[in-house]
Amino acid sequence: MFFTYLRRELRCHAKAALAVALGLALGIGLVITVSSVASGMRQAQGRVLQSRYGLGTDLTVTKAATPPTRGSTPTFDFAGQSGSSARGDDLVTVQGSRSLDASVVSAVTGQSGVADAAGGLSLRVVKADRRFTQGQARQGGDATGVINGQHGFGGYGGVTAGQSGGGTAGQGGGSRFDADDYRAYGVDVSRPDIGPLTSARITSGTGFSAAQADGRVAVVDSGYARRNNLAVGRSFTVSGSTFKIIGVAAASADPAAEVYLPLHQAQALANATGKVSTVYVRATDAQHIGTARSAIQKNIPGTDVTTSAELAAAVSGSLTTAANLATNAGRWLSLAALAVAFLAAGLSTSSAVGRRVREFGTLRTLGWSSGRVVRQVMGEALVNALVGGALGIALGLAAAYAVSCVSPTLTAQVADAPGSGGLDQGGKAVGDVLHIALTAPVSAATLAVAVALAVGGGLVAGGCGGWRAARLRPADALRPADALRPAA
Amino acid sequence: MYRLTGVTKRYRRGDETVDALSGVDLVIEGGSQLVIQGPAGGGKTTLLQMLGGLDRPTEGSVELDGTDLARLPEPRLTRIRSESIGFVFRTVNLIPALTALENVETALVPLGLAAAQRRQQAAEALESVGLAEHRDGLPGELSGGQRQRVAVARALVKRPKVLLADEPTGDLDEDARDEVMSLLEGLWRAHGLTFVVVTHDSAIARRAPRLATVRKGRVAVRERGPAR
Repeated sequence: MFFTYLRRELRCHAKAALAVALGLALGIGLVITVSSVASGMRQAQGRVLQSRYGLGTDLTVTKAATPPTRGSTPTFDFAGQSGSSARGDDLVTVQGSRSLDASVVSAVTGQSGVADAAGGLSLRVVKADRRFTQGQARQGGDATGVINGQHGFGGYGGVTAGQSGGGTAGQGGGSRFDADDYRAYGVDVSRPDIGPLTSARITSGTGFSAAQADGRVAVVDSGYARRNNLAVGRSFTVSGSTFKIIGVAAASADPAAEVYLPLHQAQALANATGKVSTVYVRATDAQHIGTARSAIQKNIPGTDVTTSAELAAAVSGSLTTAANLATNAGRWLSLAALAVAFLAAGLSTSSAVGRRVREFGTLRTLGWSSGRVVRQVMGEALVNALVGGALGIALGLAAAYAVSCVSPTLTAQVADAPGSGGLDQGGKAVGDVLHIALTAPVSAATLAVAVALAVGGGLVAGGCGGWRAARLRPADALRPADALRPAA
Repeated sequence: MYRLTGVTKRYRRGDETVDALSGVDLVIEGGSQLVIQGPAGGGKTTLLQMLGGLDRPTEGSVELDGTDLARLPEPRLTRIRSESIGFVFRTVNLIPALTALENVETALVPLGLAAAQRRQQAAEALESVGLAEHRDGLPGELSGGQRQRVAVARALVKRPKVLLADEPTGDLDEDARDEVMSLLEGLWRAHGLTFVVVTHDSAIARRAPRLATVRKGRVAVRERGPAR
């Protein structure tokens, strides 16, 4: 009888039931949409950060920032011969010119709350390709001087010399200067499970092995490999040293480096033996990140410690703006919509009980207990809410699918890797602007929350109606509206 | 058998207190019929609600077969209503969403019968009031007389000891009124029920063997003849 009554009642008042269900559906759909978009934004932020800092990094330790000193800027030493053409004098510097002694790694490892730590060296390589041409004097010929200088990066033009009326004419010398600027990263090959390379997927060849600590081997980013026609098995030269490519890593939105080298090799190239630019730290567990941070800051002076949360905060741009919007405004908007939906469902059910006072009063006179009447009201509200929940899930999935299909592009500006420098005038770390396509993944947890909200909505609505139904006395329910009330 | 002793029911109207029933003493023998008449607001419906255990007196006792309904906890009172007392209302009060058969079944739900048994008994009750072919009709699809007959079937399907009817013909035309009253009186005679009916219908009152007049909360009973 419960289900027959329930089914017939919902069918009889289908429009009212649908209105309540749609109200809940809108609220639940909004929650799913906001949650999935926020989840997509978190994933995008995570992808950006993982490509920079690797998986499982809870903290990074870098040398405390100091203002750059005059004359500290690295310079090329052009000792070119007249008429010469040369390659190979690459400028290899530690990014940000800030490095720590490698002994800091073991010091960090020994701190409370630290499970593991590994050092890395972030380098900037400017590969110079320069040609000089000396000015020449020519006899005879036309009376016009020739401008022959070619400007390249950092070069300066040729000299113009001309005399009228024939005779000797001077032809200016010149220089051509091409530069390939890329990032290289020295990896502690004995610790393959921590650091930026952990997030890179090797698509061709292999990663480093512990035996390759002193090997002239390299892993290159696939984007860089494609641009420079590099592949596994081929070699390339950095500052006169030749490295064999053993692996190609999948291109990520923002790789930590274009070229990965064993740490010792990177140190040698930058003349930074025994130095690291960043120490990547894994805490014993999430609860001990704060402990590890405090211990490192206290016991290892002259270092900056950055948590993964702070790393996330280093992402700026429209991605962050949208993520904040989804997290803050979106959360409140969906909570407000849910609250309104719950309230509307509760009031609607209560109002329906009010309209059905005589019906429930009749059932009470027939011997239906108060509990049985309440269960009937609750059941109707719950089914109504579950229908609303199903509609809401469909609505939310459709909205999330639409977001993923449209895939709006957001920009993210990520601070350069810790220790790499790149400070703007306000002292804030700056980095490349990345374009990230937004998706809206719907997780099982989100769907479970939606179902829970539907059930919750049903219980709230049923509770409101049931409470009113439970308070009905059969005599009152059957009494005309203008009748007298019992004396206290 | 009902025995009402010193039953008073007080209501509040604004700041004023009104006695709907005032010190009522009344005995209704088992299997007898009592017709209750009186002016509007005199206390007829209140008296019927006391008899049905739908309301409790402010003072006094309402005994049904020796059990004081006024003192029973709500669950036991609910159980007595479900097993022993049938109601027929002027406004019929069928559940609009349920069919005639399902409406009759609602009276059997508290008894915990199996669904098949409920359906069978409900179908028999509908047949006994001449509505077998309308069992799947919704109340909105039935005439006023048919709806009241469904209500009668619902009141009698559980074979109660008492049938209480509050102006059961009040909203019916003359033909339907005669049809419903004949049905009720026939069932009363057939089943040996205690039958208490509130009515304004003087034709019904004239036929009643025992007539109670309720006026300003007081009850005066006039015996007319044998109970049946």
